[in-house]
Amino acid sequence: MKVRLLDIAHARSGDKGDTANVGVIARKAEYYPVLVRQLTAARVARHFRGMIKGNVERFELPNLRALNFLLHGALDGGGTISLKTDAQGKVLSTALLRLEIDLPRKQR
Amino acid sequence: MKNRVRIAAGQGFWGDWPEAPYRQVTGGPIDYLMMDYLAEVTMSILQKQKVRDPERGYATDFVQQMERILPVVVQRGIKVTANAGGVNPHGCAAAVTAAARRLGLAGKLRIGVVTGDDLLGRLDALIARGHDLRNMDTGRPLRDIRDRVLSANAYLGAWPLVRALRDGADVVITGRVTDTGLTLAPLIHAFDWREDAWDLLAAGTVAGHIIECGAQASGGNSLVDWPRVPDLANVGYPIVDARPDGTFEIVKHPRTGGRISVAGVTEQLVYEMGDPREYITPDCVADFTTIALRQAGKDRVRVAGIKGGPATDKLKVSVAYAYGYKAVGTLVYAWPEALKKAQDADRILRRRLADLKLAFEAIHTEFVGATATHGRLAAADAREAPEVQLRIGVRGPDKAAVDRFTRELAPLILNGPPSVTGFAAGRPKPEEIVAYWPALLDKRLVEPKVEVIAV
Repeated sequence: MKVRLLDIAHARSGDKGDTANVGVIARKAEYYPVLVRQLTAARVARHFRGMIKGNVERFELPNLRALNFLLHGALDGGGTISLKTDAQGKVLSTALLRLEIDLPRKQR
Repeated sequence: MKNRVRIAAGQGFWGDWPEAPYRQVTGGPIDYLMMDYLAEVTMSILQKQKVRDPERGYATDFVQQMERILPVVVQRGIKVTANAGGVNPHGCAAAVTAAARRLGLAGKLRIGVVTGDDLLGRLDALIARGHDLRNMDTGRPLRDIRDRVLSANAYLGAWPLVRALRDGADVVITGRVTDTGLTLAPLIHAFDWREDAWDLLAAGTVAGHIIECGAQASGGNSLVDWPRVPDLANVGYPIVDARPDGTFEIVKHPRTGGRISVAGVTEQLVYEMGDPREYITPDCVADFTTIALRQAGKDRVRVAGIKGGPATDKLKVSVAYAYGYKAVGTLVYAWPEALKKAQDADRILRRRLADLKLAFEAIHTEFVGATATHGRLAAADAREAPEVQLRIGVRGPDKAAVDRFTRELAPLILNGPPSVTGFAAGRPKPEEIVAYWPALLDKRLVEPKVEVIAV
């Protein structure tokens, strides 16, 4: 079954210079392995294609059932240089939550 | 030695809720109040203020807040840590001293002042001795922009604050100290943690990270189940309730709104995170993949299991420098075809800027209400928007060019696409850009200074 990432995860994002971070947190423990499998750095990079200039890195936090993504070159220079409304990437988290996930039947 | 210490967050940034510090010192028992004021670019704003007036250069809001809470702080024996000193911690301490005397608290209060973070006067000597202060993102040496530097500060850690507390300070005012150090220092002091007790120092650092953004750990800006966060109007800011073994609980005062949950604390833990295995501070390197969270009661999250490693031999340095100018202007277009009208206006404006041969480093257009924050991901939702704000900004080294741009927006009201409004604020002002340059410096080159002054 196709679901939105929003349905199985929540997220918060922030900035370090021109890099935005998006922390994605599984709403239930059984969703975390689904995130690990499907929410790869390559998939996230594809999702944001044309919107960020650099690469995407992924880190795993199984203890918090969370994944942390670094989106490099996401903020038009970041901080005070950026001309973006979202110069600090505060709502890039919600942009990621639009992504579609294929939820296995047993985990619904 | 105490076996429980409660540290309350009073401010998460300069401009945070003015009511929060008073509510934290009066809403229930606490031992320390932690107030974080300094964002990356705040130091440069304060430096500019100090150049105009040598008495200034610190967070003046802090003095007003202290004037309000000092009688309670003294009566209840609460200690305060704050990096409100900016580029003038002594000026800040003098202002708090004057406020305390006005309140009749002479002889009842000692103020600790932590300095030594300010490197502005030492930059040329450091560069001459081969310290390049290379930009951590770009690798460029600082000498490339030396003539444009406005401020330069090393991030100090918890230990100078510990010295101030050990010397009897009730209120510790610092310059550029890490956000987490303001929470870690009271824990080191109260529990007598050793300098190489890495797991404990990491635990105190994680505690600091959780509460450094104020209510963002107690239900504010929390996406998970947000409509059911109770009574945010009366939100309780977070409090660390810590034990000597490095375990702690995140709580808030009774009869306050907000929510303290595992999901909400997790959101704050991942905020501004890099590599979770290496959260680097001047005091230790914390491993966020070791943190265990458990809901231990209503509005009570237990945090345990934290591991850490030795601090590095470097300090992060934050340099602020003059980058150029920018201006951002907006116009609002209404249905029908709001987005198409705004897009058309953008094309016309860009054509006119090109015809004027104005050169910019960047021209950035957004359609607020359509694609400003989610870009093409929101394109399908944007087509029938009832209104769209065209938001267009330029950035460049030439102030005159940026100023000329600001005169090209208003004409579009009458000589561009129809159904346009929302220009009441008038022509946007060109703004000076103060940019941020992160670098590293050998720790042994920075000598923190600590003084404790009786009021």
